[in-house]
Amino acid sequence: MAVCVAVIAKENYPLYIRSVPMENELKFHYMVHTSLDVVDEKVSAMGKALVDQRELYLGLLYPTEDYKVYGYVTNSKVKFVMVVDSSNTALRDNEIRSMFRKLHNSYTDVMCNPFYNPGDRIQSRAFDSMVTSMMIQVC
Amino acid sequence: MADAVLFEFLHTEMVAELWAQDPDPDPGPGVSAGPGGGGGGGWGGQKMSLSVLEGMGFRVGQAMAERLPRETLAFREELDVLKFLCKDLWVAVFQKQMDSLRTNHQGTYVLQDNSFPLLIRMSSGLQYLEEAPKFLAFTCGILRGALSTLGIKSLVTASVAALPACKFQVVIQRC
Repeated sequence: MAVCVAVIAKENYPLYIRSVPMENELKFHYMVHTSLDVVDEKVSAMGKALVDQRELYLGLLYPTEDYKVYGYVTNSKVKFVMVVDSSNTALRDNEIRSMFRKLHNSYTDVMCNPFYNPGDRIQSRAFDSMVTSMMIQVC
Repeated sequence: MADAVLFEFLHTEMVAELWAQDPDPDPGPGVSAGPGGGGGGGWGGQKMSLSVLEGMGFRVGQAMAERLPRETLAFREELDVLKFLCKDLWVAVFQKQMDSLRTNHQGTYVLQDNSFPLLIRMSSGLQYLEEAPKFLAFTCGILRGALSTLGIKSLVTASVAALPACKFQVVIQRC
């Protein structure tokens, strides 16, 4: 269902970014980059507003006419950004949440891999195949 | 119940292995240079083993801090992170919580464990006091790694006054 998935490190550089229609990659990269500002804004707003509900899922970051961008932040300040097609209105909030949960689990597995150095680009094939399974429904 | 013991055995072997592999490589020139030279070579090797152990613990701590706080909400402040270390991390690794956490509210925290599982099998008093620091290096690394993943740069040292009680001192580095 997702059109583009990105994993961004604490220092705001991409650890993993992949989009399905291979031609317009640059457009998605740009969208992810601009969504980082929104993520930062939400994260700092959470700190100031004394809301008890300090959630990891950030929800809809911003909608454009073609796409919607969702965000999720982990406790180690690693951000997951997902771009989905706006025409796919059947996509509900819990589905997005469950996709982010799967992403988080796979990312944790990558971190626990002794051959992975934290901070490098993610090259794990298992992570790749999990992301493919989330994106392949778009045809 | 047997799982905790597996880690203890592995840890004991790790310390033994890293210590066994630096007997002084060339006692010849060391001896002629005087006790300072030979002593320096021996001490350098031991310090390297300590930092190798600490480095291993660092990587483990990084992975644990990624995996553990899964459903818990985002940490609001430093004290929350330290409390998470004392409760969740300690329980996950040693099946017990840290006994006390003190702070001076200016970036120094002292975590005290009165019966540290890795030391409890050695003695309960002052015997083997000199050997104890080697067995704490890995754990210092775990603490430092977990803190670094959660966004806090720190320096962790450990001290033992009487086995099996030990204190871990965490100093937050603000730059």
